[in-house]
Amino acid sequence: MRNTEAGAPLFELSREGRRAARLPKLDIPGAPIEDLIPTEALATAPPPLPELSEPHIVRHFTNLSTLNMSVDTHFYPLGSCTMKYNSKRNERLASLPGLLHLHPYQPDETIQGLLKLLYDLQEMLGEISGLPAVSLQPAAGAQGELTALMIAVAHFQSLGENRTKVLVPDSAHGTNPASARVAGLDAVTVKSDAAGSVDVADLESKLDDTVAVFMITNPNTLGLFDQRVTEIADRVHRKGGLIYLDGANMNAILGIARPGDFGADMMHFNPHKTFSGPHGGGGPGAGPICVTDKLCAYLPVPVISCDEESYNLSYDQPNSIGQVRSFFGNVGVLIRAYAYLRTHGPDGLRRASETALLNANYLLSRVKHILNVPHGDRCMHEFVASAGKLKKDRGVTAMDVAKRLLDFGYHAPTVYFPLTVPEAMMIEPTETESKETLDNFAQALFRITEEPADLLRDAPHSTLISRPDEVQAARKPILRWQPTATLNQSK
Amino acid sequence: MPYTYGTERDEQEMLEAIGIDGVEDLLRQVPAEMRLARPLDLPPAMGELELTQHLQSLSQQNTSAQQAVCFLGGGSYDHFIPAVVDALASRGEFYTSYTPYQPEVSQGNLQVMFEYQTLICQLTGLDVSNASLYDGGSSVAEAALMSLSITRRHGKVIVPSTVHPEYRRILETYLASTDTELVTVAATNGRVAPADIAAVIDEGTASVILQHPNFFGCLEQVEEIAEIAHANGSLLVMAFDPISLGRLKSPGELGADIAVAEGQCLGSPMAFGGPYLGIMACKEEFVRRMPGRIAGETVDRRGQRCWVLTLQTREQHIRREKATSNICTNQGLFALRASIYLSVLGPHGLREVADLCLQKSHFAAELIGQSSRCELAWSDPFFKEFVVRDTRGQVDELLAEARHDGLLAGVALGRWYPDLEDCFLVSVTEQRTREELERLGSCLSANNNQEVCHA
Repeated sequence: MRNTEAGAPLFELSREGRRAARLPKLDIPGAPIEDLIPTEALATAPPPLPELSEPHIVRHFTNLSTLNMSVDTHFYPLGSCTMKYNSKRNERLASLPGLLHLHPYQPDETIQGLLKLLYDLQEMLGEISGLPAVSLQPAAGAQGELTALMIAVAHFQSLGENRTKVLVPDSAHGTNPASARVAGLDAVTVKSDAAGSVDVADLESKLDDTVAVFMITNPNTLGLFDQRVTEIADRVHRKGGLIYLDGANMNAILGIARPGDFGADMMHFNPHKTFSGPHGGGGPGAGPICVTDKLCAYLPVPVISCDEESYNLSYDQPNSIGQVRSFFGNVGVLIRAYAYLRTHGPDGLRRASETALLNANYLLSRVKHILNVPHGDRCMHEFVASAGKLKKDRGVTAMDVAKRLLDFGYHAPTVYFPLTVPEAMMIEPTETESKETLDNFAQALFRITEEPADLLRDAPHSTLISRPDEVQAARKPILRWQPTATLNQSK
Repeated sequence: MPYTYGTERDEQEMLEAIGIDGVEDLLRQVPAEMRLARPLDLPPAMGELELTQHLQSLSQQNTSAQQAVCFLGGGSYDHFIPAVVDALASRGEFYTSYTPYQPEVSQGNLQVMFEYQTLICQLTGLDVSNASLYDGGSSVAEAALMSLSITRRHGKVIVPSTVHPEYRRILETYLASTDTELVTVAATNGRVAPADIAAVIDEGTASVILQHPNFFGCLEQVEEIAEIAHANGSLLVMAFDPISLGRLKSPGELGADIAVAEGQCLGSPMAFGGPYLGIMACKEEFVRRMPGRIAGETVDRRGQRCWVLTLQTREQHIRREKATSNICTNQGLFALRASIYLSVLGPHGLREVADLCLQKSHFAAELIGQSSRCELAWSDPFFKEFVVRDTRGQVDELLAEARHDGLLAGVALGRWYPDLEDCFLVSVTEQRTREELERLGSCLSANNNQEVCHA
């Protein structure tokens, strides 16, 4: 039923003279363009964009949308990404004209309602994290990490200490070491122990007075709560370092435990995950950060101040690290997070996390009979299974299983991450899935492990395309459409 | 909980299958001393109706650009957004999907990324584009870091004071962790003199960063400055206004090596500053130094044309600390909006929007220039924004008066430029009607009092 005509690249649908937009006639006396702009600055022709009609555009993009799996259409147990249901109410609320059509440089007195909302969101994030000083500015989790590391650098500079290292567990997200480098710090890897937690002896051997920050993901990327996190934090604090908590997995502990209470000095939230974003095909997200009071002075500008009468944006913060993105932040994402938090309230948030744990543990109880789950019978909101045995016995990889799941109508789990588990399959069902979905998923997984290896190696079979040649894509990059250089034509 | 599927019976069966009595047993994975012993101190839950009323009430405490006439710019603009953009971008298959890590079930998003990259190349006249970064400001910073890595020069990055002050602040913040000095060159009037760039450039200079049209709306002498940069072995990074390219020469034609932009003007609402998208394009030879996701064309095992994320060895999830950047998202949904917007406008529509902005802003400038209270700060050519000086030096009062008359008349510049304390920036998009421009003109004129203003 796919409309291949409409799904062709936009540029192949273009015909000279087609139009989708008619702009109004100039309602003022116009001047010759050359009188306004020096000729040497003028383009001889407008950019060679495609020429399309509105029905073509609508069919094109509507058809493309149907080629995606999404939370609205499929179970999406992508570990570490918290692909929970995105409530429609949040979309509508974030689009209220009085929130959507605000210019970032409007005077404070014309945006009091929005500033109140954002201020209250900061307060809520401070309460949930146990870290009271909040900046909503970072545009994504990775930028939140970077901002916090810059704050750490500023903090140690003010103390006259030259700390150059960031310790990162080997199971951490790749953004952790990458953010450390952008912040001008050296990332040093700390091993995990056999149980998947931070290897405290290895940590201790790397911990000295050059360590600025230890970045910990807790629950970690194996879906386990690090039992020794407070002890680890104490050790780092004793050497004068700070603890950064990667908040990617906060969906496991809302109202159950607070990073500020178990030793974190700084953290980010991923509202697109924990507070039901949505993910937008890979963005936008947001990466608000929460820090202790002693680090408050370093937060980026502007900050929202509040007195008895009004809310105001303040740029005058002499110790601030500066700014990491323009304007206030990804406000549209933050409004959705606010709506999510107000929808759930304290009990609902805790219940969401408890249900995320229940769903993950239930699925674990089913999957452990199908695949090896190397880190035990209990997990927090997600767990990591390994296809290592399948690979050894039958040459079937985690990727083969992931691809075959697509045929059964499930998005694949995160594969080959964390790096510490061979043939890893990281499964996060979230709280918004029902028991029958989890049962059916487990059933599909079981059937797949019984299928012939040849069938799996060529999977998926029912999708529009199968196993694109990624090596060719990287070796001979074709990164834009060109009239003569498409692969089909060059063959 | 507001919306979940579980029933009590399900929960019981699940607990039994796990082999526990209750969910509390799962919480014991968190050591008791770390568990929160009280409920979170948050406001109670609200149903959809209550929440809607609550947010409506908050939104009504704001004055939106639909209620006041918006002449505010400086990187975020009140351009018209065709209905097609919202209708298509609000499809759940787009906005509730995630990064296309499984290309077989993400061809829609991947093809959109590839088309977006192509549209950006067509717009900028450059060879390659990534699939978007966070926003204009952080894209400038990423471009600066990219220039350090390409040139292997770490001495200086040069930026004139005519580049958006927030972009420069972000640059400063990002470059603080390097040994590179950010050298700010003061403008003469509304733009920077090429000779002033030539005076500070040296063999340690990685790049010169220009904005054209610049923060004041004025056109820079880009080609001349590009020559100065290139003769010195430095790169030219150019921040541009996508709408202006309906009329102005592209960054590629002007000699830019890397072009970046705030993409909000391409079909995204102002939304108090975000989410937007950062546009970045560059010459082919620099592609492996580029940050951010990139989609590429390939074939699948049956030989069909398809798209995948590619050149991933640049990225953090493969390279960790050796990645080109720590970025691990693109602004997919907003790149989609930009693609739809550019598809709707096409070459001729984009030119018409550019011309409307250009003509209307000049008409407004002329009206304001005729007043005896306000004058144009300088006579350099501009595109859709210009700087107005209040000869009485009472910008805040003047803008407040305009506000009473329903006009968001401009952005005061004193916050960033102490020597322009008597100036403000006025931006005119295609949405402004003659009547609105005339209202602005009369509101900013010398002899106006409240009566005239309200007339």
